[in-house]
Order: sequence, then C-alpha cells, then structure tokens
Amino acid sequence: MEPLNVYASRLVTKKEHFTPGHKACQGCAEALAVRLVSKALGKNVIVANATGCMEVISTTYPHTSWEVPWMHVAFENTGAVISGIEGGVKALVRKGKLPERNTVFVGMGGDGATCDIGFQALSGAFERGHDIVYVCFDNEAYMNTGIQRSSSTPFGAKTTTTPDGVKTHGEVHWKKNMPKIAVAHNIPYVATACPSYPLDLIRKVEKAAKMKGPAYVHILSVCPTGWRIPTKDAIWIGRLAVETGVFPLYEVTDGKYDLTFPDLELKPVKEYLSPQGRFKHFTPGLYEVFQKQVTENYEKLKSRIYL
Amino acid sequence: METNSKPGWKDLEVGFALSTPGSAREYKTGDWRSERPVVDTEKCIQCGICYIFCPDMAITKTEKGYFVADLYYCKGCGICARECFTGCVKMVTEEE
Amino acid sequence: MRERKGVEVSIAAADAAAMADIDLVAAYPITPQTHIVEHLSELVASGELDAQYIAVESEHSAMSVCCGSSAVGARTFTCTSSQGLALMNEIVFLTASLRLPIVMITANRSLSGPLSIWNDHSDVMSVRDCGWIQIFAENGQDVFDQVLFCFRVAENPEVSLPVMLNIDGFALTHVIEPVEYWNKEDVKKFLPDFEPVNRLNPDDPITLGALAMPDIFTEIKKAQDQALINSKTEILKAWQEIGEITGRFYKPVETYKAEGAKILFLTMGSIGETVSIAIDELRDKGEDVGLLKLRLWRPFPFEELFEEIRNAKEIIVIDRAVSFGGPGGPVASEIRSALYGRNNMPQISSYICGLAGRDVIPEDYISIYHRVKEDQQKELRLNNSIYYGVRE
Repeated sequence: MEPLNVYASRLVTKKEHFTPGHKACQGCAEALAVRLVSKALGKNVIVANATGCMEVISTTYPHTSWEVPWMHVAFENTGAVISGIEGGVKALVRKGKLPERNTVFVGMGGDGATCDIGFQALSGAFERGHDIVYVCFDNEAYMNTGIQRSSSTPFGAKTTTTPDGVKTHGEVHWKKNMPKIAVAHNIPYVATACPSYPLDLIRKVEKAAKMKGPAYVHILSVCPTGWRIPTKDAIWIGRLAVETGVFPLYEVTDGKYDLTFPDLELKPVKEYLSPQGRFKHFTPGLYEVFQKQVTENYEKLKSRIYL
Repeated sequence: METNSKPGWKDLEVGFALSTPGSAREYKTGDWRSERPVVDTEKCIQCGICYIFCPDMAITKTEKGYFVADLYYCKGCGICARECFTGCVKMVTEEE
Repeated sequence: MRERKGVEVSIAAADAAAMADIDLVAAYPITPQTHIVEHLSELVASGELDAQYIAVESEHSAMSVCCGSSAVGARTFTCTSSQGLALMNEIVFLTASLRLPIVMITANRSLSGPLSIWNDHSDVMSVRDCGWIQIFAENGQDVFDQVLFCFRVAENPEVSLPVMLNIDGFALTHVIEPVEYWNKEDVKKFLPDFEPVNRLNPDDPITLGALAMPDIFTEIKKAQDQALINSKTEILKAWQEIGEITGRFYKPVETYKAEGAKILFLTMGSIGETVSIAIDELRDKGEDVGLLKLRLWRPFPFEELFEEIRNAKEIIVIDRAVSFGGPGGPVASEIRSALYGRNNMPQISSYICGLAGRDVIPEDYISIYHRVKEDQQKELRLNNSIYYGVRE
C-alpha cells in the first residue's frame, strides 16, 4: 500500500484555484479530482473544459469556481479547443506578440467527452503532438445527463440506458481501455490516477505538465450519485478499485510501463463491486466473469512492464 | 455582481464572459447538508487527511492547527469523518 | 504602385489572409475550398507567412481549434464549404455567442444530398441565424478586398464578432481574375493589431462559455443580437476606408442601372455579373429593369434596401437555395419579410436558379424577366418559388 505518511497532506499546497461554492453533489470524487489537479497545476495554466458534470457545476452564470483562465465550447471538441489554445499562444510567442510564460495548456473532459463523442478531436490532438495535458475524469457513465452508459461503463453496471432486466443485465460491453489507446498514439506520457491516492495523483499531473508534447491522465472519479453508494464512501470505493485491480494505477513514459504499486496482492473484485448499487444485481456467475477478465487484464498489464 | 437584482442585457460582459475569478465563493452550499462534521480536538493529530479529501474545499485550519468544517460550504457528505485516521470526526444531524 | 495581376481567386484570397499576417489557420480540405488552404500551407512552408498551420482532422475540429486560438488573442482564419460548414454547425453558432472574431471564407457549394461539389448557396443559407456577420463577394478583386475587411471588422472591439465571407465555389474560387494587391503600408494603415476584448490569460483569468439558466439566457441573446445589429456602423466605416485607400467603394446593397427601374432583379454573389449582361440587353430593348446586388447579408441592410428599391413595382429574387416546404426561397422570404407592411410594397417573385452549379446564362434571365411580365397580367400571383429550367 501507499507508504502513507499521514503528515504528507500538509506538504500539499494550501492554495485552491478551484473554489468552494461549486454545485457538485455531496461526496463527488470528481470534484475532488479537479481540486487536486488544480493544486498540481497552479495558476499558470489555460483550461479548456468539455460539457459535463464539472463544467456545469463550476460555471453556472454568474458564478465560476475557476481562478485560472477557462473556456468551455462544446461537448466533443476539447481536444481541438486546447490544440487551438496551444497553437495560438505558440504563434503569438514566436512572433513576439506574447512573452514566453511556459503556460500549461490543459484539456479536461469526462469519460463521455473523452472516450466517446470527443474521441476524434483528442486523437487528432495526440497525433499532431500538441504540447498539452489532457485529463479525463472518468465517472464511468454520462452522469450529468442522468447516468446513461458510456464506452467507459464497466461490464454489468446498471445505468439508465443499461438497466437490469430479464434479457440483459446491465452493461453488456467491457470498459474501453482509453489509456491503452492513448499509448498507441505514441505520446510521451500516459498515466492513470485516483483521488483516493491524492499525492500520487498530484505527482502524476505535475509530471504530465512538465512533458513536452501530449500527456494524458485518466482519473477514476467515483460518483456516489451514479454508482449508488453512500456519499461518505467515495474515497473508500476508489481505493478498492485500485486494490482489486479493477482500476490499476500505472504510468507509461515514452512507451515504458511502470506500475504504481508493483507488488500489489489483488483483493477479490467482489469487495469492490458488492457495496455499489449499480452492481447489486450481480450473481455469482457475473462476479466470476468479471473477476476472470480483471485478472487477465492485470496479468497483461504486468507483462508490459517487462517488454 | 448582485445576486438579488438580476442584470439587464446592457449590464452583461461581452460574450457572457465572467471576469471575476472564483465568484462561486459567494454561493452558500452549506444549506444543502443534513449532517455536519464535528471534530474531537483531543483525538485530532492534525494530519490533514480530512482537509485533502474534502471535495468542497470546506475544511479550514484553526489557529491552533486543528482542521474544522467551513459551515458556509460544507455539504455534509461525510468523507472527512470516514477517512479520518483516528476517527475523531463524527457526523451529527443538523437541527433546525 | 500597387501590383495588379491575373491570379486564381483562391490564391488571391489566401494571399490576402497572409498579408493580414494571420497567426493561426486551422482548416480541413473540402472541394472547392482546397486551393485556398493549399496555398496557405505553401506560404507557411516557404516562410512567407509566419502562422501555425493546424491540419485538423475534421471541420468541426477546425472551428473548435479556431475558437481556442481566437480566445488567446491570435488572429485566426479558416475556410470551408457545404458539408464542412454543416459539420461545424454547432460550433459556428457558439463562436458568435462567444464573440470570437474568427474570419472564415465559405466557398459556397451545394449541401448534400445528393452529393454535389458544385456551387450554390444552400450551405450559407443553412446558417442564416448563426449570429455571424455575413457578406458576399462578386469577383476576384472583391474577394481580396473583403478578406482584409473581414479581419478589420471582426476584431474591432466595438464589434468582436466572427465574419463569414461567401465566395461562389468554382465559379469564383477557381477562376483567374485581375486582382490589384494592396501594399504592405495600406494593410498596416487599414488593419490594426488584434487586441481581443476577452483574452484567456493567466494574469487576468476569465471564464468563457458558462452555463446560463432560463432567467439570464434571454438577456445574453439580446446582447448578442444587438452587437450584430450595431456592427453595421463599423462595417460601413471599413468600406469607406477601403474606398479611400483603393478607390473601390463597397456598399451593403450594390446597384446596376437600378435607379428608377420598375422591375428589379436581386442577386447575391458572382451571378450578379451575369445578370448585369441580361440587364444591358433588356435595357437596350427599352425595358425598364435594373439589378440589386446584396453584399451585406447579416446584419440585414434594411435601410439600404428600402432606399435602393425606390419606386420599383416588382423584385425578381434569384435564389440559389431551396427552403423545402417553405414560403419561397430563403432570400425571397427575407426580402418579403423586410418589406412587409411598407407603403407601395413591391411584388416579389422567387426564382430558384443555378442549383449545384447548373449554368444560368443571360438568356435565362431575359426569359425570367418576360415570364414575370406575363405573370404581372394575372390577377392571382403565387408566392411559391419557381424552379427555373427544371425538366418536368
């Protein structure tokens, strides 16, 4: 387990560039993730944000929770908008119209905005090699519109468009492996993170910001409202996601894989799944199927370390 | 900007931009909660875990170094109580 | 001494954008805009133009990249046509609401289906209500001058709106015309540096693109509409200045032998020149006919239209797009709507011509004129559009 230095929390900056007064649900780990990302990045940033939970709760006119320059255009174009921001500043600096500030250009989007509708724009941004950081806040469904499934919804999970019925039992497809797709674009840095491990998350985002070229950080964002868990359990469930291997934490730096917890003894997935309302309908059979896939994926991930 | 009197179209910024950073600070989310965290300062080791896990940045430090809830914003989610290392934070029901 | 040369209009358009010293161009190739973006990439590669050339992966991303770029204060340019304009549709509306001064050339081409690469106005008519300033160019010289005009008006802090320059695909983009290029000094005098009204800057953080609840949305839209209406002042100023620099004075509604005419044709874009040949022939035969050419489409030039119509009894609107199931072609409906209720309101006919590049020659317009004169004898005049030349 993370060598938890209980006093390490005090090493983290006390500055908040993401302000209270935002309208996220109680216990929203995605808002916590945004808060931690903001701490990691500081003030010298420009943010492009997709439509989604974080955009809506943080910028309801006339309130804004952002103390950094921030822009929202649409749902599926954050990859493109942040490319334009980066390109525009690059041109202005080169032509002497702006001083070089080494500003970090950050794209932020949910799993819908990143893995589904915004996939093309992000792929384009990666392929063109823009000097950006893209953070995906993955709460595993289209939460903002009422908990509908996305390609990031895990197998078997109940959502409002994948209910549990007689013919089908929750989501029938497996979660899209977005970090793997990011790695396939040959970008310098890809990482997975979880706000239940705040110091690790901050470290990875700081590393991503320093990279030249595109960096991608995929953050598991526990959503008590959508996952049907008590609000107080958001951090605990996020921890279990990592401890059971369902959401492994790793980094890929220039194609080289590093597991954040290399010697982790995986707990059974049932420990992670059973407290969640969205998996309440799971039979022993479904648990078995899920466990098998998680074990297989984890072995595959470990094998990449030795490539 | 006044939240009581609604602005007319001539008062708006160009492109409905918001040029006051962090203006959400004026919005009281403390009204949402039905429970409130209470800290037993005898047991508190001032580790800051509650501070770092609060999604609403609603934990502030007292002069003595203890972390307490900022009741203007605290939504009463209970994460601080659950994650507290020594168990010194308890959620109590809000009374009218 | 200004350089005057025979040049393909697409090349001239790209050269004008380069003279404006754009900072970023993000575009996706689509016939018939391709020569513009290709030439821009040549200028960047040769070093003649210092700009970021972002070869985006779709038109939707093209306009999105432009949004980001304009928001940080870079002079931003793009171009598209037809399906590309349709694909970026939602972002086009957003750009105007965010008041980002992007300049876009639309090389007008027919909207699918069926697929067609040829010229008509169905693409621009599909974004009538998007909130951009929209103008039409008639010939190569016009295109060159208007590109510079677009940046000047868009970036003016009193305006701060995106501007769309419409040029007929193939009919204008791919023809070689004589164009007088401006001097660098002319451009410098006419086009100041871009100082954005809203800039994303870590030293002065702003939030762009918030969510608006029902209680404020109406006010935001009213403010946007008024900004578009008010932009007319700067539009007229800019055209006046172009006139002083080049001797070419552009107007919201251009006329050709229209004064006192009882019957007027009304066109937009390059077909105006073809119709003017028909006007000459008709007038030689003693017909009392003239031509209005609408250059400014949005904000709609009400005053200029009222003035130029004068005593005309009939306006023959040449529409180059269809409004399916609607009350006439898009331009005809708007002209009718603008003139409704006025004293001595002229009769307005809607003729749909030249869809997807079908040739319409002066003889056709003469034929339309005579047909209208016949219709004038009828008691009941219908408002629906007539598809000129359609085979039954």
